[in-house]
Amino acid sequence: MPNRESRDNPAFRMSRRKMMKGVAAVLGALALPDKDASASVWESFFQKNFREMSKPELEKVLARLEKEYSKTYGKAVKVRATPHIEGVSYGYGLDLSRCIGCRRCVYGCVQENNQSRDPQIHYIRVLQLDKERGVDLEHAEHYYNPSKVPEKGHFYMPVQCHQCENPPCVKVCPVQATWKERDGIVVVDYNWCIGCRYCIAACPYGARHFNWKKAGLPAAEMNPETHYLGNRPRPVGVVEKCTFCIQRVRNTPGRYPACVEVCPVGARKFGNLLDPESEIRYIIENKRVFILKEDLNTRPKFYYFYAT
Amino acid sequence: MKRDRLRHGFVPGMAALVFCVVAGVASAAPLQDKGSAAKPHAADAPERQFAVPTPPFTPGIFPCSECHKEMKPNPTRRTLTEEHTNIVLNHAQGQRWCLDCHDISNRDKLRLVSGEKIGFGESFRLCGQCHGDKYRDWKVGVHGKRTGMWNGEKQYLLCVHCHNPHDPRYKPIPPMPPPTRPENVK
Ligand code: HEC
Ligand code: HEC
Ligand code: HEC
Ligand code: HEC
Repeated sequence: MPNRESRDNPAFRMSRRKMMKGVAAVLGALALPDKDASASVWESFFQKNFREMSKPELEKVLARLEKEYSKTYGKAVKVRATPHIEGVSYGYGLDLSRCIGCRRCVYGCVQENNQSRDPQIHYIRVLQLDKERGVDLEHAEHYYNPSKVPEKGHFYMPVQCHQCENPPCVKVCPVQATWKERDGIVVVDYNWCIGCRYCIAACPYGARHFNWKKAGLPAAEMNPETHYLGNRPRPVGVVEKCTFCIQRVRNTPGRYPACVEVCPVGARKFGNLLDPESEIRYIIENKRVFILKEDLNTRPKFYYFYAT
Repeated sequence: MKRDRLRHGFVPGMAALVFCVVAGVASAAPLQDKGSAAKPHAADAPERQFAVPTPPFTPGIFPCSECHKEMKPNPTRRTLTEEHTNIVLNHAQGQRWCLDCHDISNRDKLRLVSGEKIGFGESFRLCGQCHGDKYRDWKVGVHGKRTGMWNGEKQYLLCVHCHNPHDPRYKPIPPMPPPTRPENVK
């Protein structure tokens, strides 16, 4: 398991503070809390990487975050750290013969995952493509806005994090703030991310997004059911991405990701790749399936398919 | 199962597992026969109960018998003028008439070619008579949509939640707004 390796790897033990001081000196913006900062700011500054925390340490951190978020958003916010389910590896299917490009998924995702409305952050981008050209990303259009979809002669291809088995974004992270979980979900520890954005450059799917500003997230719309590695409010200056709705899918029974639930045409499919009875396995075994940019050997677990 | 799928970047460790699974055996072994190698996939399962939401009727129209039990059924193909005037068949209409699907004597039921009467909660069986491929995919959650829990109880949307049985082509809908163009981001 790469997780194990990185944990035992001395580089992983390297202090992020040291790293940050180096970076900060170069940028001329030392990121230490100022001298009147509250206790909780200092606590979060000295917090360990998620994967290094003991259970009591993690519980303390979750409690601190719950308190902080509940105060900010004026409601009882839950921050869980539900672990992976044994024997589960998540896979996602997208039926290109059904998708009509309506973007219900884009906004369903924003709502569920507490993305910033303004400035706008979308984890899902829907590409409009020409039927004649096929999957030709050079000619993709994602600002299409006709009165009705689908439009004649076009098909639609939503793109989001592909939860690669071999994720290039993870490899380039200088501080191990992002990694692949045992169930295949690629996550970010927002408290550990230094915002260098190497991962954004490394991702061939444009699936990672940077928080330039404080999230414009109206308190009334804030989803209080959160996961530490998922949809909890993110600090400014970190990278975020789709996690297959980790806060929903890691339960038994677990809900479908929000984008699957909201899709009006049923083009989005989700399940356990290790379960022969799952709809995702049926698709892989019985339909015409392809993955995006296969030649890069990223081995996505996001399968595009044609049901017809 | 198509061989060429091997090329589609499937996790090699898992490939062995996947390709030894029997896909599409036609035998109707009982569903609870867990673990047996020749177990048919759910798509081949014999008829079973599918949890579905209530049919999407226009409010007030059901039960149909409210009006129809007093009426003499009229099997003549015609343009309806008194009632249901909004229903215009655009679904293999040349060959078909209302009473191929709706039971003539009990209007609260649908009718299969076999003569079996079924409730509106099972209308997928009616559609399945002619759209066997879609029905098969629907049962495993691939055509249409299941809601609920990915690893637990699921509900199935009926075909008629998405397709008007009288005019079934999926109707275009307005898209949600496009993303902000980078040059417009403040
Ligand atoms: C292809 C089979 C089929 C044919 C042909 C058909 N129907 Fe239907 N009809 C259905 C099904 C299935 C439903 C149930 C829809 C639902 O569950 O909401 C239905 C629903 C209805 C309803 C209730 C609609 C509502 O507003 O809720 C009426 C009335 C009706 N049909 C009348 C007719 C008439 C009149 C004709 C002939 C002109 C006809 N049907 C032809 C399958 C058919
Ligand atoms: C408000 C009363 C009313 C209700 C409720 C109603 N119908 Fe009708 N229906 C009629 C009338 C009246 C006609 C005859 C229309 C004509 O001949 O122009 C008719 C005609 C039909 C016909 C054409 C065949 C025939 O016997 O004339 C079908 C099929 C039909 N109805 C199906 C349904 C179904 C299915 C429902 C319930 C989903 C339903 N109706 C509910 C009043 C009703
Ligand atoms: C008696 C056979 C029969 C039954 C029963 C039947 N269909 Fe069809 N259906 C057809 C045929 C034939 C076509 C193709 C011709 C056409 O589009 O008119 C078709 C076409 C369709 C299409 C494609 C329409 C398009 O223009 O793209 C849809 C969707 C559909 N049916 C859904 C349904 C649903 C839902 C039901 C059940 C309520 C149903 N069908 C029941 C025979 C049937
Ligand atoms: C969640 C919505 C949904 C449900 C439920 C659903 N369909 Fe569809 N169906 C679609 C969409 C979307 C299309 C593609 C749009 C189009 O081409 O018109 C489609 C296309 C079809 C077609 C057209 C042929 C094709 O290959 O494109 C048939 C036939 C059809 N469906 C039958 C069924 C039957 C039968 C059921 C129930 C067993 C069913 N559908 C349930 C959404 C649905």
